[in-house]
Formats: sequence, structure tokens, C-alpha cells
Amino acid sequence: MKRHLSIAAVVLTSFFGIRIQAAPATQPADAEWTMPLKNYQGTRYSELDQIKIDNAKSLQVAWTFSTGVNRGQEAAPIVVGKTMYVVTPFPNILYALDLEKAAKKENPKKWQYEPKPEAAAQGVACCDLVNRGCIYDNGFIYFNTLDVQTCCVNAETGKEVWKVKLGSINTGESITMAPLVVKGKVYVGDSGGEFGVRGWLKCLDAKSGATLWTAYSTGPDDDVRIGPRFKPYYDFMKGKDQGVTSWPGEKWKIGGGTVWGWVTYDPESNLIFYGTSNPGSWNAELRPGDNKFSSTVFARDADTGEAVWAYQYNPHDLFDHDEINEHIILDLKVDGPDKPARKVIVHPGRNGFMYIIDRNTGQVLSATPYINQNAAKGVDLKSGRLIPNPEMEPKVGKTIRNIYPASPGAKDWQPCAYSPRTGYLYVPHQNLACDFESVETSYIEGTPYVGANEKMYAGPDDPANMGFFDCWDLINKKVVWRLKEKFPCWSGALVTGGDVVFFGTMDGRFRCVNAHDGSSLWEIQTGSGIIGQPTTYLGPDGKQYVAVLSGVGGWAGAVVAGDLDIRDPTGALGFVNAMKDLPKATQKGGTLYVFALP
Amino acid sequence: MKRLALVILVIAPIVISESCKREERAYRIQPPDAEVADAVPVTSFQVGPSTQAATMPSNPYENNAYALTEGQRLFNAMNCVGCHFHGGGGIGPPLMDSTWIYGGEPAQIFDTIIRGRPNGMPSFRNHLQDSQAWMIVAYVRSLSGNANPNAAPGRDDNMNGPIPPASIKKQPATQSSQPPSTVMPS
Repeated sequence: MKRHLSIAAVVLTSFFGIRIQAAPATQPADAEWTMPLKNYQGTRYSELDQIKIDNAKSLQVAWTFSTGVNRGQEAAPIVVGKTMYVVTPFPNILYALDLEKAAKKENPKKWQYEPKPEAAAQGVACCDLVNRGCIYDNGFIYFNTLDVQTCCVNAETGKEVWKVKLGSINTGESITMAPLVVKGKVYVGDSGGEFGVRGWLKCLDAKSGATLWTAYSTGPDDDVRIGPRFKPYYDFMKGKDQGVTSWPGEKWKIGGGTVWGWVTYDPESNLIFYGTSNPGSWNAELRPGDNKFSSTVFARDADTGEAVWAYQYNPHDLFDHDEINEHIILDLKVDGPDKPARKVIVHPGRNGFMYIIDRNTGQVLSATPYINQNAAKGVDLKSGRLIPNPEMEPKVGKTIRNIYPASPGAKDWQPCAYSPRTGYLYVPHQNLACDFESVETSYIEGTPYVGANEKMYAGPDDPANMGFFDCWDLINKKVVWRLKEKFPCWSGALVTGGDVVFFGTMDGRFRCVNAHDGSSLWEIQTGSGIIGQPTTYLGPDGKQYVAVLSGVGGWAGAVVAGDLDIRDPTGALGFVNAMKDLPKATQKGGTLYVFALP
Repeated sequence: MKRLALVILVIAPIVISESCKREERAYRIQPPDAEVADAVPVTSFQVGPSTQAATMPSNPYENNAYALTEGQRLFNAMNCVGCHFHGGGGIGPPLMDSTWIYGGEPAQIFDTIIRGRPNGMPSFRNHLQDSQAWMIVAYVRSLSGNANPNAAPGRDDNMNGPIPPASIKKQPATQSSQPPSTVMPS
């Protein structure tokens, strides 16, 4: 056990090694945090170890900064050299903060860049006006705006280099994801699975913003960039133009499959990995068929965009189980301690299964439930197909009660962290069940295309706690320890070389726990609920800092961020019912908090 | 006995004719003109004496059960429900409380539906007939108890919905009020 974990660690650190060499010689390892998921592999792990198990209790606020926006803050504060970059929810202001000034207790604002997105874009954002962050690459900051634009800004001066419009809010499109930049290419995907949009991932030229290629999630093979290199592992993924033939009529044109989550990159195979959203509409009777390639993971050539393989997690999705959650690139000894490590992607599925997939072939090596679930009966590893549970299938005119996991799934967008030191995955997620009623709906361009009423509540794993924070053993496929929170754990996780784990809670606490046993080391009450992604870095003074945005919102926190009325249990796609107590527990906010040891 | 029969014979037609009169209804209820709504200001704050109260037309559909039910059907069919849900809000603001960003008078809501609003409310011009829009307005106002409770739907059409409009407590509309501390209300 120890040995194969340490090999995984060596493999991982060799990946980091590439970055360390590229950084200036004086920079200690992992001083910076340049992209929301920390690295191409998406581990959210930093080697920094000044803050550790025996001193974390002394953590205190070092400095704060107001973003001026009181909406859900899902972004990761990123750090490059002596500057921190933060992008706000709509209106998507990008701030550059001087870390030296911050250390001297001066106002750290260096500059701010305002892309001025269209105000009407707020009407097509399904789940609050969030933005999941910016990324630094080669002297520039890249991020997306709610009104379907990608911006490139000079990281030093804050001057706009280019800004390109990739779609239209009039069709219900928006963007909330953080782009990934690899070797001069920017990968951007759309949001709008609740508006009957057609999902896509675009590859932009980092220098000019020009679209190099577009890979649609539905439609003919040419549009999906399926060609001779496409070799899916399972038979049900094979066949010509499945992005058309698995839909009735021309429904694929409004079929969702948006790309609003995470893109990761494997330098070794030169493949990018990302998942697609639910199909539109939620009412599944309107779209008989597998609805390819919604709720699917794609492996694509990072340069050409050609699909190399694909795997559909939820054929003919019934419950809005998007599979946009991260695909973490790891080498794991899943075949046994004496066998060589397998090159895998790890995907904590929204449908409640923890997938380990061979990243070169698309073979599902294991799909283990990490929460109690009845929405499906399991995954047939031979055919690869999810085994549906006919008892839980929604039909128009019938309300199905007590389905779990509910639409936000066992885990939503909030990214996990993986420590090569412990070999464990740290999974912030939720415990939600729902009543689901399919209703008639028609497609009207620019309006929601959902056709379902939902009402959520705590799932059967714990009727009092909707938030779970798990330490998951990927080799033995079991929970090592689990922390419980009243509200969903909607913030990302961070794990460090000091074997401490950070995450926030929706009632506003920022917590630090022991990576080995989950014991609480420190926590602090912030101004608002935390749904952001914590990061860590070395300041110009050589000290380790931990940063997180506090500001409740997102789908789970819409009841507070959008001033919703708790008397309607169906509000915010049914999330309001579960979050009735949140307005009592917290209030709106938008503040960056940075912590350090004294 | 005979006298009683005579009394009944005399009184019955009067009672019947009176009750018939109470049941008398117009064949067609005429909602206000769209032009009237177009002229309605969004705010009661006016330079000089306010004329807003005088120009605010009422919506007769608020007293008509058929119009309110039809308004509910249209509210679902036009996907209003996808943003505002059953009054509690989500993408768009709640409709069952007393807070109205662009005013809660019938004509102001009509204006909001037909012309749209800058922070995310789309314009439904050319997608609804004026009479349909007025029916939606009546249903929307019923969500905050501002329609006639005798005419408002006694139950929500869907599972687990909120309190039905007929039993919701009236929430007097505050005009042009923005939710506190929100940057850009939609």
C-alpha cells in the first residue's frame, strides 16, 4: 500500500517538476498557484508545508479585500509572482492585487479590468451569476464572462489584449467555467443546459483569440470532431453520427451537453479530458434515446480536438445528472500493489459513483457508489452502461418521490483535492434527495427549457446534514473518514504538503482539518457562506498564505444571493426547499480572505 | 297554507331574478389597452406633483377565475415558471413577496412582460397577445395575494407547490424597490 502510493507520488511530483524547472530558480517549489485546479492534472495539491498539523491552530486573518459584488463567489484566487488575481461573479471584474502592499497592510489593488458584460446575461444564468475563475499563462490572464465572451488581459498592466464573443445570450448561452490554457491554446465551454442550447468546447488561439476549432457535444460526427481516431472502449459508444441518431428528430440542436465544468490535460498523451452536461430538457420523455453526447466524458487530442474516445456516464439522463465534474489525472496502483500503476482519470460522478477510468482507452476500471443512491442500480462494467432503475423513472403526470441523489448529484462542480502524500482524495459534496415531477414544456429560444418541478431535501445518509466532506481511499474504494455539515459542502477542497485540508461551509466557516484523520485543527467564521476554491501560495515575504473568497450563492445558495422566497419549495429548481434555513445562517457577501500563521 | 304558497309565488321570482342578476357577466372582459400600460411610469417619484395614481389602470382579470387559471397555464407554457418558479424565484426574482423592482401595479407588470427589463427579463413582445399578457399579469399578482381570493386558483397545478394563490396573504406591493445590497437585480 505505502509503496504504490509513494510511486504515485513520484510520478506526480515529476509532473510538478516540469513546472518547477520553468519557474525562476529563486522560487521555492509550489510558490505560485496559477490555475484554479492548481495544475493540468487537477489535483489541487500544493507541496507547501509551513502550515501543518501542529501549528494550524494559530492561523489568523492576514488581510482581506472586498470584491464589491454580493453574488456567489465560486472563483479561485490565483497567484503569480507578487500578484494575486481574482475574478468576481457578474459583472466579472478582474482584480490584480499587490501582495507586497497587502503584507504592509496597504490597499493591495494594482488595477481592475472590467469586461462590462451585457446586463441581460443575468437572465440566462441558471444558477446564480457565478464565475469559476481565471487562469494565468505566459504573461496573460484568461477568463470568461457571463455573456459568452473570453478575455485575455496583460497580467502586468491590466490592459485588454483581446476579447472575443463566442455565442449569444439570446439563444440562452452563457459561460461560467474557468478556461484551461495549454501550449498557446485556450479551451472554453458554454453553459445553458437549462435553456436548450447546444453544448460546445472551443479551442482559441491564446495570442489572438481566434477560434481554432469547435467540438460540439451533439450533432453529426464532423461537428463532434469524431473521425478515424475515435476508438471508444464500449460498443454502445460506437456508430456513425450518434450525436444525431440517439435523438428524436432535430432535438439534438437544443440538446444541451454544455461544457461548464473542468478541463484537465495529460501532457504525456497530449489529451484533454472534460465532461458534458445534462441533456435538454429535464423532462426525459421529450427526448427518447441515449441523447449522445450529453453526460459524457470526452478525451480529445489537445491540438486538433479530435475525439480519441468518449464514455457516456448517464445515457438518456433522467435527473439532470450533468457529468461536468473534474477528471483528475493520476497514476494509481488499482490492479494491486505488485502490478504497475494504471494511467487513469478519477471522476466523482454527479450520479453518485466514483469512477476510475483508463485514460488512454476509456475503459471503466471501477464505479463505486460513494453515497447511498437509488437513481440507478449500478454500472455494468462489461457493457459500460449505467443500469437504470425503472421505479425511479419520471413520467409526465406522476411525481416520483425520494430519488437520491437529487439533481445536483452526489457532488456538483466543487473540485476535489488529491494528496500524493496520503494517497487519498478529499471530496466536498452533498447528501440530497428529491421529489421530481415531469411536466410539459416547449422550447422557446432564450427561455428555460426544463419541464420539471423538483423539491429537494436531505438524503437518506443523514436527514440532518446535507453537506459531506469525504476522505476517499481510491485503492480500497471506501470512505476513510467523513465530516458532516448542515448545508451542502459547495466549496472546493485544498490539500497541502503539511497534510492539512482546507474547505469552506455555506454558513461561512473556513475549516482546516487533519488530512489523515479529519480531526478539526482550526476554523474561522467569515462574513458570508463560502462556496469558493481555496488556494495557497508563498508570499513575497516567504511565508505561506491560504486564500479563499467568502460570498454565498451558486445554485445551492441562490436563496440568499437572489433574495428568493422560501415559501416556494420549487424555487431555484427545487434547491430552495432544502435551503430554507440558509437565510438565517448567513447573508450575502463578496470578500477575499487571506490567512497566515502569525 | 294557501297564503304561504302565495308568498312563495310572489317572492320566488324576485329572489330568482335578483340571483340571476348577480350571476350576470359580460360576455367578454376587456383588459386595459396596451397603450395605457405603455404610458405608466416605473416610479412614483415624479418631478412636480405625481400623476401616477391617476394613470394606473386596474386589471379586471384579477376578479375572473377563468382568466386567472388561464394566466397560470400561460405562465407555465411560456416558461415563465423556468425562471420565477411558482412565485419563489430562481433565475428571476420572486413574485410572491412585496418587493417589486419595476413596480407591482398591473400595468407595470404588463410593461415588464411586453417590453422586458435590462437585467435579464426578456421582452415577450410578439409572443403574447395583449389579453394573454393581462391574464399572466392577473395570475402573477395572485401569487402575492393581490387578486380577488374568490377568483384566484384554490390550488397550485403542480406537486409540492407553494401556498395556493387563493389562500396567500395579501402582500401590498412596494413600488420600484430593489432587493437590499444586490449589485444588479435581475
